[in-house]
Amino acid sequence: MSNISKAFSNGKAFIPFLTAGDPTADKTVEFMMEMERAGADLIELGIPFSDPTAEGEVIQNANVRALKAGITTDGVFEVVRKVREKTQIPIVLLTYLNPVFHYGYDAFFARCRELSVDGIICPDLPYEEKKELSDVAAEYGVDLIPLIAPTSKGRTQMIAREADGYIYLISSMGVTGVRGQITTDIDAMVKSVREVTDIPCAVGFGISTPAQAAEMAAKSDGAIVGSAIVRMIAQYAGEAGPHIYAYVKEMKDALRGIES
Amino acid sequence: MSEGRYGIYGGQYIGETLMNEIIHLTEQYEAFKKDAAFQAELDDLLKNYAGRPSLLYYAEKMTKDLGGAKIYLKREDLNHTGSHKINNVLGQVLMAKKMGKTRVIAETGAGQHGVATATAAALLGLECEVFMGKEDTRRQALNVYRMELLGAKVHAVTTGTMTLKDAVNAAMMEWSSRVDDTHYVLGSVMGPHPFPMIVRDFQSVIGKEAREQILKREGKLPAAVVACVGGGSNAMGLFYPFIGDESVRLIGCEAAGKGVDTGFHAATIAKGTLGVFHGMKSIFCQDEHGQIAEVYSISAGLDYPGIGPEHAHLHDTGRAQYVPVTDDEAVEAFEYLARTEGIICAIESAHAVAHVKKIAADYGKDDSIIICLSGRGDKDVAAIARYRGVDIHE
Repeated sequence: MSNISKAFSNGKAFIPFLTAGDPTADKTVEFMMEMERAGADLIELGIPFSDPTAEGEVIQNANVRALKAGITTDGVFEVVRKVREKTQIPIVLLTYLNPVFHYGYDAFFARCRELSVDGIICPDLPYEEKKELSDVAAEYGVDLIPLIAPTSKGRTQMIAREADGYIYLISSMGVTGVRGQITTDIDAMVKSVREVTDIPCAVGFGISTPAQAAEMAAKSDGAIVGSAIVRMIAQYAGEAGPHIYAYVKEMKDALRGIES
Repeated sequence: MSEGRYGIYGGQYIGETLMNEIIHLTEQYEAFKKDAAFQAELDDLLKNYAGRPSLLYYAEKMTKDLGGAKIYLKREDLNHTGSHKINNVLGQVLMAKKMGKTRVIAETGAGQHGVATATAAALLGLECEVFMGKEDTRRQALNVYRMELLGAKVHAVTTGTMTLKDAVNAAMMEWSSRVDDTHYVLGSVMGPHPFPMIVRDFQSVIGKEAREQILKREGKLPAAVVACVGGGSNAMGLFYPFIGDESVRLIGCEAAGKGVDTGFHAATIAKGTLGVFHGMKSIFCQDEHGQIAEVYSISAGLDYPGIGPEHAHLHDTGRAQYVPVTDDEAVEAFEYLARTEGIICAIESAHAVAHVKKIAADYGKDDSIIICLSGRGDKDVAAIARYRGVDIHE
């Protein structure tokens, strides 16, 4: 069993996201440990990019703060190294393709393997371009997590069939960010995926409340939350740790006991 | 390998949310290309609305002054809305309408593409929203008001460098949030496939006309064709019909800003490296970590950190050559063309004029050079005055 499937073996998975280096690399390590302690099943760690076109304002600003604070791709790996000294919680890096391209695909995935990074999500790498990373990721044993959108329609099963790790179901149109309501038919998306694979599906984009997380997780295998956490980091900066702990705990608690 | 490659460049590096839409767009475009009724309607718009064909003007005074090749100006500045942008926009907005879209969005740098899109949307009865970096809304305030007069809504983009790159980001984000009724009218030969192809094809009217016009006038092909390059749409439109004519040099002029070694430039080919951004693999100005660089040019239309993938390929194969031109040289050429030929061209186009001033004398008197005068310079008058330290009230 790979480390990622472990994340989905503890009931519905709660998956928090944060941007590495916001406000500092050391704080990112601390926040990730708080997440783990609060019951997070897997952590998505964002590698900052100058132009994160899939992100709403909250995460865009986190990218700006992190880059201003001086984090680089090696700095992100250093965060992972420090976290790995303490925990084997599944870690997935979320990154646009360009920073990986510049690091060098081989060097990047070799470093991922060294640090037991379990997967990578690349929002600007659709199915048609995935060859760019899929072979090298597989060679180093890193899962390339695909995304499926409300607009994927006829593409869903093509993507799902070749998925590794888990599938990131995008709940809403547009960019990341907190939303009052999620209107996409998640049931239909999951059903379509289930016809071709048993790989877990986690829903992200727009989720912020325990009720939303529970609703989305009931329809899938887990809930992913980014902006709500990053907003806390924007508000409390270095003091966000206890807030993150309390929030992640509340969210994970909301998912406990949901039947598959 | 995916579709839409030019050598190693191009591709479709874009969010899953937009994939079905751009695949659909590709299919629709291929169908419209073969659709005689669509082509006839577009031809009619180009001829009777945009004012095509544009003139190929023999710049006799400039020719005499420079003492070398005969200089011809392809007068895209005389098109309706004042630039080459209308060629692509009429094609895309007409296509959007036929695809059942009711709304178009666009990015704009100098405002030329935004104005053209707002114009076509007004004419064809579609809603229009334009994304423009806040810095550019300041540099090009007149064009903002122009777009509003045409019924478009202009969003000032306040993220990042607040210029063209950020306007593209914002337009892509908007498109991914509302794709059913909306077409994104991309303004240059960039972005994910099929945009570099669609924009090139619609802009190729520039080169097709210029080639016919020069053959008629001179009885032979030009020695060189020269255009400014930001994303590269007017250059690609001019170059494309000449690619097979190996004797014709293709020269693109990039914005060197305060100089390619100053860190204040937008000279992608001179200083950029391979990367993936804005949906395409191409050459970008970026740091060693793959963070997209802040670029600079006096010209809002060239103030972009990348270049279209087909240009990157033409550069690799050596078929086209790309040269940097500084702000100073461009401003000087802007003033020179005004005094010499009585033509106030866009500061973007002045980059091409500046380079031809340098090379004209290297050619014989039987040779000709065509410069694409991609736009008119009314929009730049205030900025040039500021550059010269002259305080004028607009």
